[in-house]
Order: sequence, then C-alpha cells, then structure tokens
Amino acid sequence: MTRLKAEQRHAVRFTLNGKPVEGEAEPRMLLSDFLRHQLGATGTHVGCEHGVCGACTIVVDGMLTRSCLSLAVQVDGCELKTVEGLAPSADRLGVLQQALRRNHALQCGFCTAGILMSLDHYLAKNPAPTEAEIRDLLSGHICRCTGYTPIIRAALDAAAELASSSKETSDA
Amino acid sequence: MLQAVTSANPGNGDEPWVGRSIERVEDAALLSGRGRFIDDLGVAPGTLHATILRSPHAHADILSIDAEAAKRLPGVAAVLTGSDVKAVTTSLVVGVKAPVECWPIAIDRVRYIGEPVAVVLATDRARAEDAAELINVEYSPRGAVVDPLGAIAPGAPVLHDGFPGNLASDRSFRYGDPEQAFADAPHRFAIDIRYPRNSCTPIETYGVVASHDAGEDAYEVLANFQGPFSIHTVIARALKVPGNRLRLRTPPDSGGSFGVKQGVFPYIVLIGAAARITGRPVKWIEDRLEHLTASVSATNRATKLSAAVAVDGKILALDWDQVEDCGAHLRAPEPATLYRMHGNLTGAYDIRHVRIRNRVVVTNKTPTGLNRGFGGPQVYFALERLVQRIAIGLGLDPLDVIKRNLIDADAFPYRTATGALLDSGNYQEAVARAVEQGRLAELKAKRDAARAQGRLYGIGFTAVVEPSVSNMGYITTVLTAAERRKAGPKNGAQATATVGLDPVGSVTVHVASVPQGQGHRTVLSQVVADVFGLQPKDIRVNTEIDTAKDAWSIASGNYASRFAAAVAGTAKTAAERVAGKLARVAASQLNVEPADITFAKGFVASKHNPENRIAFSRVAALSHWSPGSLPDDAGHTIRETVFWTPPELTPPDDEDRINSSLCHGFIFDFCGVEIDPITLETRIDRYVTMHDCGTILHPGMVNGQIRGGFAQALGAALLEEYAYAEDGSFLTGTLADYLLPTTTEVPEPEIFHMETASPFTPLGAKGVGEGNCMSTPVCLANAVADALGVADVTLPLVPSRLAELVRGAEPPPPAGGATTAAVREGDRRLRGEGAASVKGAPEQVWAMLLDPATLQSVIPGCQRVDKVTDTHFRADVTLGIGPVNGRYRADVELFDLDPPRAVTLRGVATGALGFGNAEGRITLAPDGNGGTRLSYIYDAAIGGKVASIGGRLLDGATRVIIGQFFTALARKAGGGDAEGGGFSLFALLAKAVSLLGARR
Repeated sequence: MTRLKAEQRHAVRFTLNGKPVEGEAEPRMLLSDFLRHQLGATGTHVGCEHGVCGACTIVVDGMLTRSCLSLAVQVDGCELKTVEGLAPSADRLGVLQQALRRNHALQCGFCTAGILMSLDHYLAKNPAPTEAEIRDLLSGHICRCTGYTPIIRAALDAAAELASSSKETSDA
Repeated sequence: MLQAVTSANPGNGDEPWVGRSIERVEDAALLSGRGRFIDDLGVAPGTLHATILRSPHAHADILSIDAEAAKRLPGVAAVLTGSDVKAVTTSLVVGVKAPVECWPIAIDRVRYIGEPVAVVLATDRARAEDAAELINVEYSPRGAVVDPLGAIAPGAPVLHDGFPGNLASDRSFRYGDPEQAFADAPHRFAIDIRYPRNSCTPIETYGVVASHDAGEDAYEVLANFQGPFSIHTVIARALKVPGNRLRLRTPPDSGGSFGVKQGVFPYIVLIGAAARITGRPVKWIEDRLEHLTASVSATNRATKLSAAVAVDGKILALDWDQVEDCGAHLRAPEPATLYRMHGNLTGAYDIRHVRIRNRVVVTNKTPTGLNRGFGGPQVYFALERLVQRIAIGLGLDPLDVIKRNLIDADAFPYRTATGALLDSGNYQEAVARAVEQGRLAELKAKRDAARAQGRLYGIGFTAVVEPSVSNMGYITTVLTAAERRKAGPKNGAQATATVGLDPVGSVTVHVASVPQGQGHRTVLSQVVADVFGLQPKDIRVNTEIDTAKDAWSIASGNYASRFAAAVAGTAKTAAERVAGKLARVAASQLNVEPADITFAKGFVASKHNPENRIAFSRVAALSHWSPGSLPDDAGHTIRETVFWTPPELTPPDDEDRINSSLCHGFIFDFCGVEIDPITLETRIDRYVTMHDCGTILHPGMVNGQIRGGFAQALGAALLEEYAYAEDGSFLTGTLADYLLPTTTEVPEPEIFHMETASPFTPLGAKGVGEGNCMSTPVCLANAVADALGVADVTLPLVPSRLAELVRGAEPPPPAGGATTAAVREGDRRLRGEGAASVKGAPEQVWAMLLDPATLQSVIPGCQRVDKVTDTHFRADVTLGIGPVNGRYRADVELFDLDPPRAVTLRGVATGALGFGNAEGRITLAPDGNGGTRLSYIYDAAIGGKVASIGGRLLDGATRVIIGQFFTALARKAGGGDAEGGGFSLFALLAKAVSLLGARR
C-alpha cells in the first residue's frame, strides 16, 4: 500500500461516467468534495458528512459508496458513476428519472441524486423488486420533503417499465 | 398500500391547467445533477472560506481568546472574535421591548452550546478548520438552565440582565367572560404538557457568500435564506447600512427549508461583517453538526390548559397558560411562534370565552425560529389531548366531543373569540366524509378484535384549523395596545408578482416567493397559461430574488404556507392586468369590443367569431416594436407588477383581538396504531387525513405537501428530539442521534380532500403545507394513549418512554463489578470503578504514577508532561479514534496523598472537540505475590462537541481508553494484567473528549 504524505497534493485519476478525469488532492480530501469542487460534478450532494443521509451516494467500481466517507485518493484508478451519468442524453431523462418525475417523487431534489444512484444500481440487479425490498434499500436515504411513498411508487413503476422493455427487446 | 398520483396528461386545451397534476418544470435539472444549489455555484477568485469556532459550554464567561497560533498558520487571512464583529455591526433587533442585545457571535459570554465564538477565514475550508483547532479560549463556566419552568424559578441562573428572572415577556389576555364560564360549568378538565424541541432539518444546510464594497459601503449577499424579508431590515440595520445597500439574493435551488432557513440570517450578518473586515468575498457552508447544534429549532413549550365543560362535552371556556422557551436569545421574529396561533387558540371549535397567559422565557439552548407548523404543533398537542381527556372523563366518544364543538357550517366567515376570521369551511361535512371514506367503523372493529386478543391497539382523532398567509402584524400582539400605538400599525401580507412580455411575445413571470422545493415555477406556469390561453411550457418563471432589482416587500418569502393563497393569486392578477391591456390592443386590431376578446390556444380571438383572431405572440410583442400602434387607452403592455394584500389582515385591536392569518384550512385526522407489547414500538396501521385547503391548484403537489408534512410530524411524534442534558450539553449532534424517519417507518397516509374555496384569495386556494405538522403528532399521541390506556403521554413516543409509562422506571443495575455506570438521562457524569493487578510493589507503582516520564510513555498519544509542582502536572495529548485526531491540554492536581496507598486526582482537559473534568481516587495494596492490587473509582463530566456526537458511545469507549492506559502501565512495570480496565485521568479525559470528532 502506498503511503501518501499528508501535507502534499497527490494526482488522482479515475473514470467518471465513462470519461477519464484527473485532479490533485491532499490525502484528507473527501471524495465528495473532490467531485464537487475539483471536478465541478456538483450533482452529488453532501447532507451530513457522516454517512447517514445518503445524499452523496455514488457507484465506485460497481459498488454503492458514500462519497462523504471516502477519500479522493482511494478511488485512483477506479470507475465512478454519478447522477450526471444517468440520463441517456443531456435533453432526455432515463426510465427511472422519468418515473420519479411522473410520480412527484422529488420536491427540493437535494437528496434525489443519492436515491437515484441506489435505485439505478439495485434495479439493474433486481428487475422485479417488491415494495418491501425497495423500502429496505431506501432506508439508507433520508428525504425530508416527500414522505418517501412517491419514491417507492416511482421505483416500482420504473422496474415494471424496464422489465417490459427488456422483454420486448428479447422477444424481438 | 401506495396511492398513485401521477401526472395528468395534457388534455385538449379547453380545460384549465390549474387543478391538474402536470409534471414539474423543476424536475429535469434536479434529476440530472444540474440543480443549482448555493454550494454548486462558483465564487469569485480570492474568496475566503470561513469556519466558525463554537462554544463547548452552555453558559460561560469568555476570559480570553488566544488566536495567535491560528493566525500564523499558512493560508489564514484573519481570525475574528466578538469584539471585531461588534466594531462593524450593531445588535440584532429583539422582538420585545427590553434592554437586551442579540449578536450573531458571542460577546464576552456564551449562552448556548454551539454559539459562535470566533470566525476563521482562510484560503480553503480545511485550512480554516486547522486554524480553528489552534485557538485557545479560556472560559469560566456559569450555571446553566435548560428547562423553561426551571428558568423562571427563583434562583435560576440569569442569561440576560435585561430579562429579569429570564422572563422576556409576560402578557395576559381575556376574551368573553371566562371566569363566569368556569364558575358556571359543571365540569373542569385540565392538562399539563411539555412539547419537546425538534426541527424539520432540511438536508441542505445553511450557506452564505458575502462581499462588501468599501467605496459605497454596500453589501452583496447570496444566501439560501427563505424569508420573510422583514428580516432584510434586521440584517441591514445590524450591518449598519440602509436597506438599499444590502443586496440580498437567493440561489436558483434550495435543498428544503420548512421554515428552518429563516435562521440563516444571523450568519448573513456574521459573514457580511467578515467580508467587510477582510476586504474579500467570504463563503461559509454550515456542516451537519453545526446545523443540528446551533442553527435553529422549533420552540419547546410548557402548557397548562383548562377547559370549562358542559355535561354533553360542549367546551364553554378555555384557560391557557403557555410558557414558551425561545432559547438563549430572542431572535427576530420571535416570540412569533407563540403569537402566530393567537387567533386560533380555540382550534376548530366554537368557544367564546378564553383566558390566556403567555410567558416567553430564555434558556441556555439554541435560539428558536421558524419551523413548519410554527406554533401549531404546540397548541394542538395541548388542545386535542385535552379533548380526548374530556371524552374519557365524561364517558363520551372522543369523536362525539369533537363534533359537538365544531364551528357550524353556516357560521362562516366566523370570528373566533381571539380575533381570527375563519374564511370558509364545512367541518361537519369534512368529518363525515373522512369517517366514511376512511372506514372508521372498520378500524374500530379492528381495534376491538385486536384488544380481544390482548394486543395494544388504539385509535386517535384530531380536528385542526390550519392557518395560512400570516398577518405581518400578529407579532405585535406581544406588545400592549399602548405600546402598539406608539410603534405605529403593522399588518397585511403584501404579495407581489411581475408578468412581462418580451419582443417575440413570450411570457416571463417573476415572484418573490423563494421556493425551497415546492414547485412554485410549475404552478405559476399553469396559472398564467390559463389567463393567456397558452400552455405552461410557454411561460418561463423565475423565482430567484434579488432585493436590488426585484419587486418585494417585507412579507416576501416562503413561509406561512402563503404561496397558493397569496402569491399564485397575485400572479393571476398581474397576468389579468396584462391580458386586459392586450385585449384592448387586440380589439382595435380585430375591430371588436374588448369585452368580445378571448385568449385561447395561442391566439387572441373574438368570442363571437373565433376565426377573427391574431396570434398571441404578435399582440404581445407589439408594445416593443410599435408602441405607436397601440390604442391610446392601452398604455404599454410590456410588464405589470402587482402588489396584493388582503384587507382582512388588520392590526390587533385595542382588545387584543388579532386576525393572525388570512386563510384557514380544515384537517380532520384519525389513525389506528398498534404497540408491540415487548418492544413498545409504535406501528401506524392506518392514517387517514382529510383536508379542506380550498381550491386545489395542483393535486400532486398538494398531496406532496401533505405526505411530506405527515412524515415530518411522524418523526416529531415518534423519534425526534433535540435533547439537552441538565448542564446544557447538546446530545443529538448527528443524524444517528437525532433520528429522522426513513422508508421503514413512514406509511402512505390515506389522503382525502374537500374543496371549500376561500372567499378572500384570488384563486380560492388556502395554504396546505403545514397542517399535518399540527395535526399528526397529537393524533398519534391520542392513539397511543388510547392503546395504552394512559392519561399522559410525552413526545417523542420512543419505546423507552412508553416502557416507563407502562412498566414504571427501569430498576438500577445490580451493584458490584468493574463497570462504568450507565449515563442517566439528563446527567452527563460518567462514574465507574474497577481494579487491576500490576507487577511491582505498591511503592514502585506509586513512583510511576507520579513520574512525568513514565506517564508520558504510558498515556496514549501523550506529547509531553510538564511537572509544575510535585503534585501538579500539565500534559499535551493528541488522541484519536480511526482518522479523527484532536489535541488536548490537561491540567491535573493530586490531593489527599497517602503514599504509597492512595491518591486523589482532580483535573480538567480542554481541546477542539470538547472539555472534561474529573476526579478519581486510586488505592494501591500489596497483592501478596510481590505485586500490587490497584483499585480505582472515578467520576467524570464531559461536554462540548463530543457530548453531541458521541454521547451514546462514551461508556464503552471510556473502558477501552482505561484498558489501553493500564496495559501500558502494566507493561512498563514489567508485566501484569488489567481487569476490566484501569485508570488514567489524563487518558480518560483526553480520550473521551476526542471520540468521533467531526472534521471535514
């Protein structure tokens, strides 16, 4: 394991939403701060910085990760996915994003990025979730605006839509 | 069960857009990571970043602040203390007449945990925090008081000399003839309640970016402030500039507020002052610990409420005695929480005789401010708990008592005894529909069946009037009529909207409503599209505010649920004013009368001959391109700004009657809860909530407000409390201590609607955002009281509290053993005892304990130990768990020396993460094998940041620290084992305060 000098800035390179990025960070810099303030990827939000609220959740090498509990230097060489990588194009929303909009599953939108990342990651592996499973998954996210139930409805809607579209694709 | 409320598909264009759940224009950006929250926006090059050093004491004098080491750190531009800030500002205005000051930073004295003591400004946040750790502040603690009744008890520590006995205000009111009503009534019921402290805690914290132009002495501030903009005058005054030299702007997005972001204003003053002193822009983003500890909270309140009651359950009179706890400073607009409900102290009931005593007290807790529900939860918890008690006392059904007292449907508009003018409603009909649609009969059968099986099942009811669009003058009810006459009238609720047309005829709307996620832009696009016969996507709405350029008033902002009722209606009025002028323009072009003009499907047309039409954009653009073509009486059509205030919002009258709000929605809730007989966890089986919020503009958003308020209220009822120890330590500084509801606790409420339009608002709408925060806590409490068959329940209804109710207080643990005593509620002292075996004779161990070199080598993280005298040591210790390190200074003295048998140690340790003091006695005895049997007993108190964030882990961690120390001591002595730990005052103090420190 490389030992990093606390007082120095170190080069950090990784893949963010499929594109190579790089910057410099002191060893103590949080990944959430690096994404937001060094790379300008401000879609990932910071709500508590102690791993409870879930707003900063991203995907690192295929694993859901609290970016506020990770250091930037830890993800050198990794593949990261954040909310900015979810939409198929800048002017279109993906199926999950559309489902949240249709179900009024967000109000202020501050916690939404983390919730989207958890759901996107989960639905890819669990195409037919139950309400109980979605509630369990999202218990690691705090939303103060919606009362959660529209988010759960949106997740189930999106799962159903994704399942039917993949069925159509496989039938074709 | 989930109720689907998905967006409506656009229809054929004939039916209005208002009333439809169209998709929100806000959502695409928020769902794609393109929101623009305050910390997402860049800052000017050279901007300094602020961190705030805060008080670890609830009440103390500041003896000295040594910031020299901090100032020498590279990157640090300045360290400001109270005197620096005081030199460029004046005290914040206090809401009552008293010789009391209120500063955004401590001046010579701290009065609550988390009060700002110094501001460090550096090139980046991390360096600012590094520097803050190097500031040495010497405090002399004072006695603290956290209980509102304790604060006004004789001999209580006094916070402000200008508030003798900690009493900021004491007013009594009398309406009708309450004394006679109580004398005549056959029954009298009373309830004594404590409403706890909590907060709606948005997930985005506070943020401020400020700069100062010395040439013009003008401030420019960007803050996620939510209003009311009456506070703009408070900020400008504190910064010593006229209002036109304080340009206050808001970012495009805000991550929730629920009233809480009103409380950012003292930090606007603080960061503004920092920008002025340093001559550079300054940015500050609050962290979560700061937010929970020291941002703002709802008031906690002690209430005694009595009712004079007839035999049939009719309430004849009420007698309120409210003691409101506003925390350490009476910050604007407090004591508004207490007076916001003044007109509504009789709730949904027809009660003509009311007596009130309102006292406002200060305590050593964070100052209070706006919070969703704003006074409603506190009032309705008392009133609706009392209604249940009346029913039980008279052997009546609680629902029957509610129905017997509801205001008659034909009585509207109804003037309450205390002055509110209830605009409209049919409460009986709403209750009947809820009972029917919510299947109350089935729920009762379920309760009976559950109880027959011995299960704990209860049903609760609540009827609530939800006030909205507050009267800017209600707060003056705290003043006497004579004081009000002297101060001049205050009243109204000026809302403003601007509708503009550009040179291609597209429509722009601006309002000063400062949404925090509610979707104002979407609703306004619907409202204005209907007026112009356009589609919502044709209307571009801007809700940012810039006080230098935009239309605004003191009533602007996002509070009192005023958007739908006041702001949306004002936008409609502004659009209609533009449309009226466009109709005249179109009439002259189409050769018809203006009355024959209609706006539909993108055209301005003749009603009689729809073929005779002209494109809207063409008519709309004409005023830009060819003002000469306009008819003489039309004037320009480019932009209209409308200010609207309802005439019903008059100032308090000489008898102290106040119409505190314009609109009054009605809510009737009932619920079934089941309580686990073993864990005493409360599970909501069904929650029914009936709302009459007048005309509904967007059903999806109305239900969103109801669900969101319900979830927050569920938290207030079952989970949330800003907990303080008796010494003022704040105990809930993380989201693992201050528990918010998650998906595992929040069910889908069954929502029903009735629409009785308000006659006082342009769209017939009333506010809907806060109702469930008022109704749900007490509805759940009533259900829990019903389930357990108990008379008194206190929020939050956590299992441990219910266990005490049902099973009595928990017995003390069995005595003996090397244990650290459990921390009792309200007691921050850690007590413990234990013993250990060490090789070496007592004389040898004794010498080690008194030898600085030995101590330095065995105390974990010890940098140095200085021997001041033979019995007085000073130590510097750097300790941490995991990645969290903290530096501490310990000062220890030895007493009652009995060498080599016993010694008492007493000392204090202070550091960035908190402080501790402790006393312990160590006794040494030969173990018979040439070694020493060492036993110890200690008593320590720990406060500051560590108590807020690590309180629940202190016991276990203390044992670990002691163990570490003793293992090292035993090793030094040449082997041996510790049993259940050992004792080191240095290590205990220093390590305990270093637990889980939060560093960015």
